[in-house]
Amino acid sequence: MVPDAKKTWGGRVNSVTIGATQATGGTRAFTVTIGGSATLPFLDFEGPCGMPAVAMEICDIYPQEWPNLLKEPFGDALGDPVRWARKCLEFGADLICLRLDGCHPEHGNRSPAEAAQTVKAVLQGIPAPLIIWGTGNADKDNEVFPAVAEAAAGENCLIGSITEDNYKTLVAVCTAYKHKIIAESPCDVNIAKQVNILAQDMGFPVENIVIYPTCAALGYGLEYIYSVMERARLAGLKGDRTLAQPILCDIGIEAWGVKEARVSEEEIPDWGSQRQRAPLWEASTAVAYLLAGCDLFILRHPEAVCSIKKTIAELTGALAGAAAA
Amino acid sequence: MGIILIGERINGSFKDVGRAIQEHDKTVIKDRVAKQEAGGADYLDVNMGAASRKLEDYAWLVQAVAESTALPLSLDCPRADMFRVGLKAYRDTVGERSVILNSTTAEDSKLIPLLELAKEFNASIMGVVMDERGSPQDVDRRLELGGKIFAAAVEAGLAPADIFLDPIVMPVKFMQDQPKNVLNAIQQMTMLSDPPCHISIGLSNVSSKTEERKLINRTFMVMALAVGLDTAILDVCDEELRQSVATAELLLGMEIYSDAFLKAYRQRAGSGTAAAAA
Repeated sequence: MVPDAKKTWGGRVNSVTIGATQATGGTRAFTVTIGGSATLPFLDFEGPCGMPAVAMEICDIYPQEWPNLLKEPFGDALGDPVRWARKCLEFGADLICLRLDGCHPEHGNRSPAEAAQTVKAVLQGIPAPLIIWGTGNADKDNEVFPAVAEAAAGENCLIGSITEDNYKTLVAVCTAYKHKIIAESPCDVNIAKQVNILAQDMGFPVENIVIYPTCAALGYGLEYIYSVMERARLAGLKGDRTLAQPILCDIGIEAWGVKEARVSEEEIPDWGSQRQRAPLWEASTAVAYLLAGCDLFILRHPEAVCSIKKTIAELTGALAGAAAA
Repeated sequence: MGIILIGERINGSFKDVGRAIQEHDKTVIKDRVAKQEAGGADYLDVNMGAASRKLEDYAWLVQAVAESTALPLSLDCPRADMFRVGLKAYRDTVGERSVILNSTTAEDSKLIPLLELAKEFNASIMGVVMDERGSPQDVDRRLELGGKIFAAAVEAGLAPADIFLDPIVMPVKFMQDQPKNVLNAIQQMTMLSDPPCHISIGLSNVSSKTEERKLINRTFMVMALAVGLDTAILDVCDEELRQSVATAELLLGMEIYSDAFLKAYRQRAGSGTAAAAA
């Protein structure tokens, strides 16, 4: 007799819902739920596997730093966060990630009130749930987060990030205005756990946290992040509640920052067409994290979105089901 | 994941609990339950001690405990008929929830009826390594009796995860060579099967009649965990003992390190109750 090699785990990844419809106090047309896996990615013969979601990234200011070929698909919508967000939804994004880069002291230093206005406008302009990233500058984030969280009150956004050294403000405002939180840790499973414990110690349920173990592009230390994600996931499945969170990967910003995506064919002819290579670099990075257990992707190029969604569909059997139907 | 802590405090040998059993006073029971939940118990042991021998008192006690917690129970009885009454009260109160029958010896006259009960009620068993000849003093005899109980339980259809073996802890004050024998026995019991069964001790016995009970308890607990113990019946309200267990889990790699691991341990302690309330 062949022994049954199926593994059952004592724990389960938390399900986290982003967005709120009218029934739950918001104005979204739909919500997105991530997590819920009771086993490792795509081993659905062992138990339920959560369906990963794909967000596309927009910015509160024109993305000066983006290479031209990344700007192309969006055209002049890039100057207007609302039109930009709508374009992303047309490209197949499940939800939108608004990065408040324009509030960064060195990138425009927009005020908390301006940030709140942008958040309101985007929420009014799209039916989808919203992820909101701060500037990454702790002092400025602590000014911006209260205004933004209040502007989005009731919409059950996912807001990030808290870190080991800066978590009190965002935890407090997300508790007050009922948002979900991104907990960030620098490629370190011990700190990932620590940040969750700190938030929980302020009374914030770890079930409302999505963890972000930082991210690296293919060829730039991806395997270190991959290992951290695996360790966290295994601990969560074994029953560690402080590591049972869905995992977010902020991929676009990393993949489009490396030379494999930015260098043209003229500069390095051996590398071939940048037009093909760059979105492929983003998609390939995403696929690696998909297999490590990523539950929520933040991507930039529509082709990368299309590619990862197709891979997810193939691995979950959704595509086969659709074809049969 | 983690060490299984069975709270020892619902025991009629404690005066307050004994009186509560005799007077059917639920407030005392609920208070002991809540304190052990807050202390991070994974199971609650339910033992009448000398407070009563009446079956209806045990049924009352099991129901009183079961209805005030989401934790599973360890039914700690001297007799088969009391187990049956306790199990029935438990299933009537909570339906399907884990339960340990604590305990049987290796004697066939006790072991076989208890295994039948375990199958009938879908329960786990605690097997204490003694028989008609009494408690063994040496390592080999402990292993022999542990092996007998394990084999009989598997034969009866229990999974290793439903079998707890107790190598019998004896007081260091009176039998100073025994703690070491128990540690050796634990280490070898871990090799009985793969996947392994649980190995459990009644911790407080080790410090019986000594003047430094808590220190001896937590030191022995850590030593036993290091050689493979994964379950203990103990005082979960002993804060220093719990911190020692949390630290041992960390040092043995059972928990992922975080600077705030003691905070995490305390948060985890409350989570059973939180989950029940949610």
